[in-house]
Amino acid sequence: MAENLVEVRDLVKHFPLTQGVVLRRRIGAVHAVDGVSFDVRRGETLGIVGETGCGKSTTARLMLRLLDPTSGTIGFDGEDITSAAGARMKALRREMQMIFQDPYSSLNPRQSVGSIIAEPFAIHRLHSGEGERRRAVQELMEQVGLNPEHFNRYPHEFSGGQRQRIGVARAIALRPKLIVADEPVSALDVSIQAQILNLLRALQRDLGLTIVFIAHDLSVVRHMCDRILVMYLGKIVESASSDELYHHARHPYSGALLSAVPLADPRAAAARRRQILSGDVPSPTDPPPACRFHTRCPRAVTGRCDVDEPLLGPKPGGGLAACHFPLEDDARTALPAR
Amino acid sequence: MSEPLLRVQDLRVHFDTEDGVVKAADGLSYELQRGQVLGIVGESGSGKSVSSLTIMGLSRAENARISGSVVFDGRDMLSLAAEQMRAVRGNEIAMIFQDPLSSLHPFYRVGDQLVEAIHAHHDVPRGAALDRALELLEMVGIPEPKRRVRAYPHEFSGGMRQRVMIAMALANEPKLLIADEPTTALDVTVQAQILDLIRRLKDELGMAVIIITHDLGIVAEMADEIAVMYAGRIVERGPTERIFAAPEHPYTWGLLGSIPRLDAPAGSELVPIPGRPPSLIDLPGGCSFHPRCPYVQPRHREQQPLLEPVPGGRGHAVACLLEHETRARLWRSLQRGAVPEQARASVLAEDAPDG
Repeated sequence: MAENLVEVRDLVKHFPLTQGVVLRRRIGAVHAVDGVSFDVRRGETLGIVGETGCGKSTTARLMLRLLDPTSGTIGFDGEDITSAAGARMKALRREMQMIFQDPYSSLNPRQSVGSIIAEPFAIHRLHSGEGERRRAVQELMEQVGLNPEHFNRYPHEFSGGQRQRIGVARAIALRPKLIVADEPVSALDVSIQAQILNLLRALQRDLGLTIVFIAHDLSVVRHMCDRILVMYLGKIVESASSDELYHHARHPYSGALLSAVPLADPRAAAARRRQILSGDVPSPTDPPPACRFHTRCPRAVTGRCDVDEPLLGPKPGGGLAACHFPLEDDARTALPAR
Repeated sequence: MSEPLLRVQDLRVHFDTEDGVVKAADGLSYELQRGQVLGIVGESGSGKSVSSLTIMGLSRAENARISGSVVFDGRDMLSLAAEQMRAVRGNEIAMIFQDPLSSLHPFYRVGDQLVEAIHAHHDVPRGAALDRALELLEMVGIPEPKRRVRAYPHEFSGGMRQRVMIAMALANEPKLLIADEPTTALDVTVQAQILDLIRRLKDELGMAVIIITHDLGIVAEMADEIAVMYAGRIVERGPTERIFAAPEHPYTWGLLGSIPRLDAPAGSELVPIPGRPPSLIDLPGGCSFHPRCPYVQPRHREQQPLLEPVPGGRGHAVACLLEHETRARLWRSLQRGAVPEQARASVLAEDAPDG
């Protein structure tokens, strides 16, 4: 068995922007994902982190073939699935599942929880006997920490955290190899967030899942993931192990992102060096040339960073970063050790 | 100490609804000195926003029953007539909200909206008000204010809109700025800019700030004092340093254990609080936190704890029925890495059954 479950190469997704109702002239494109390559190793949790418009959710949807790429290839379990269709695609869907951000809008309000969780069984014709299917559903409910007796209730009778558990039960119903979780806890309260994060970790351990975890919250990603990809405006700017990224971020954007996270510790917060970026993230319809971060980068050198695009390459410490002037160890945004 | 800028005493805001009485605030007391930052933290439904809305006179719904007292700069805010209230609101007290897009009027130019905010309280010529609007936009770091003053809200990004909201809030140099989840809708690098801006303007203008948030990181970085709210009550209050170094309430411990920390060693475990927050219509008897509290004792189901000073705590107060000594031992045990069950077993077992 190959080490990598997913292999993504040069993935590009441009959404056309059109003007006019009848003729719909094409006036440009949103460069949502612009040449992204990475692997997801079996059994790991890979984090994709970045701000609004960086392309993290589009990347996830492309991986699951919920969107078709403009160009590039996606390999899954040793097979090129970029153009899989029909019965082949349906079979693949069993292997890859998604957990969504909003547990309120991702569940059908008119369906009982039991039938929501059983739907994957119905689609793939599994556990066809009624009693057998109910047993399978109740087992899943138990596994994600829901009361199995509640299988006849409707989504509105559950709290946000419980609804997210329903979403998780539905995602693991078919024992997929890959789960993509897109901001699975950002709609939840702090005390509930921790419950869901612990659940995902426990399930991964028990079921040997491979998880791609997408979030804007760096602390959550660091807590959950073995490796992290940092995206900015459709490109991967850094790829490193979770510890490496946290201790030795190489890309100035990763450094700024780390230093922007408020720390729940007044002493540590006062002791660290802050790097406040100026300006907003530029529009992905018209991204800056060469290094896309040069317009906000404190280290940008005119004549280099705005002309010559840096490629993702190995940097000291073992990670990859796309930067001409990566951060040195002593220049990293120091987060004091605890 | 001098007379505080704001003193809230035993504030109760109850709403009569078809389903029952919603006790959004149930006996809140706190003070805020001039130029200080108070952080109010709590989860959704904890009542963290309602006290500030009441101070602003914004929760005077027909079904609202308000009691207690709110004294702002020597005036009792709860007995002000609507007109007197309007003179204070937006002038001496200003507020910014989570979603800047829905707080700005989409049809009017940003400059005109700023001018309106100034004219609401000051009778100055339009030219002077417009100059002030430009100055405000410059102060909150909006590039090219001369051009942007003529733009509409949709032409601004989320971060820039929040800057416009802050400019509008500061138009009349308020003594108190209330920021209710001011950065929740923003990206983290933009959030850092906005928090930095609020901090800088507070120092420059000497205003007091109440920052309401669910994010413990934000209060750790911004606030001088913190009030932790749960189910419509303040369960713990004190100087920021102390709340993080020596928290006394099991709910505060639970919150601190629930958040993944960027600076935690890899592989560390989260300790969630079991269950979920109660409905404000149907609060549990006794201590509202008791159904979720790992250290609950039988009498905690009957008796309601009061917010009482922690011995030697200098402004630190907690509403918990456990003894101070017991709490200190529990916290030390948790600090050493014990999970709540272990802490309970090692500390409470030594006490009398009803310790």
